Amino acid sequence: MSIPFYVSPEQLMADKAEYARKGIARGKSIVALEYDKGIVLVAENPSSLSKIGEIYDRIAFAGVGKFSEFDQLRKIGVRFADVRGYAYSREDVRGKALANAYSQAIGDVFTRELKPLEVEVIVAEVGDPRLAGHEENVMFRISFDGSITDHRGYTMIGGAVEALDNYLRDRYKPNMPLGDALRLGRDALTAASNGAQLTPERLEVCTLDRERVGRKFRRASAEELRAILG
Amino acid sequence: MLIRGRYQGSSFFELLEVDHPHLRPGPLQFPADAAALGPVPHGTTVLALRFADGVVVAGDRLATEGHRVASRDLQKVFATDSHSLIAIAGAAGPAIEMARMLRIELEHYEKIEGEPLELEGKANKLSQMVRANLPAAMQGLVVVPLFAGYDMRRRLGRLWKYDVTGGRYEETEYDASGSGGIYARESIKKAWRPALSRDEALRVAVQALTDAADEDRATGGVDLARGIFPLVCLCTAAGVEEVDSATIERIYREQVVVPRARAGA
Repeated sequence: MSIPFYVSPEQLMADKAEYARKGIARGKSIVALEYDKGIVLVAENPSSLSKIGEIYDRIAFAGVGKFSEFDQLRKIGVRFADVRGYAYSREDVRGKALANAYSQAIGDVFTRELKPLEVEVIVAEVGDPRLAGHEENVMFRISFDGSITDHRGYTMIGGAVEALDNYLRDRYKPNMPLGDALRLGRDALTAASNGAQLTPERLEVCTLDRERVGRKFRRASAEELRAILG
Repeated sequence: MLIRGRYQGSSFFELLEVDHPHLRPGPLQFPADAAALGPVPHGTTVLALRFADGVVVAGDRLATEGHRVASRDLQKVFATDSHSLIAIAGAAGPAIEMARMLRIELEHYEKIEGEPLELEGKANKLSQMVRANLPAAMQGLVVVPLFAGYDMRRRLGRLWKYDVTGGRYEETEYDASGSGGIYARESIKKAWRPALSRDEALRVAVQALTDAADEDRATGGVDLARGIFPLVCLCTAAGVEEVDSATIERIYREQVVVPRARAGA
């Protein structure tokens, strides 16, 4: 009879985390920034497979890592939000509840399954000044192990998180117009990838625009990006 | 709990059926004897007509419960997404639920798939929902919607009518449904021609609802005393737009009140 090797829980978790981190580090990064009228999400993404998506009226999703895994999480988020909004009211669908649900689900996989999810996600919710108690923007970042943090101003996910944070820390200012926030996001991603400046074709940009009626999420077209970024 | 859903497709209706059956709206289990239910609110007259830039969809605001008024300001025209509209006639409860469900269904598909359904796909989806309501329709809770929108591929307004079995018929000119629908249709028939202007189309719609209200007691028409006007929406390449009630009031006064007063004098 063979005796299985003993692996300490610490070692097991450290190995899983190492594995997930490596997977995430291979991909490109995403930044989310608050601007004067909402939240803008900027991803370096030359492909036509989206990393940013609409979840609900005021909620957006962004994911990095393994496409099949974070896209599955995006769809699960849409289902979660639509069922909740159908059973209760549209205003009962909140970013915090969704971020918590993601945290639970991703954390569960990390502890129970052999292979952790190689993903990091952002849940962003734009505030609505007309709804008392819903005025503030909120941004959550959920890691591969289910750990969840909330952020003000800006947040980012992906392999180059530290470089992005270093770039944005002194340059980000609250209440920037959209154009400035978008250029800042692009410049941060450019700096973090140590490459040539990112052209509009290599960017995926979506906004949660507080001033839109109903669904606040909007995907910027390549022409719009060219007009703003030049 | 979040990750364990079994349903993997892009239909909200099927998602409820598979993973949340307790939330699913139909088939509704009403008593076999519909009379036991008593009268339930019914919405009455709605219409849709094509014009040069798209379609106009309009409905009166009255809901009746047998011979009584159930509501004077019921909404019967709903935007289902940025470029389509549904107008409902029939049993108000299931009809409004159907309009709400279609809106969620279209939005859900668009979010999951990353792009919206074609207009014809949306019309077809509604057909399945009307068919799913058939058991309730057999017991008197009939829902017969009109569906209209702007087809971005063909660059024109299109409209469909339905029967209780889910039958779907595209109309190239106009149609009206509900208790006053026949009068509204007769009224539109006299005034409709291809490529009406926006203003002309609004006038035809207001006139048709006024005529329907004149002949059918269950149709509301314009209620000047309470300031309640028919709900009129347009759908063009620019999207869905609700016409404000001041415009409807102006058209009503020019179109109906002034000529009547002249005739009286």
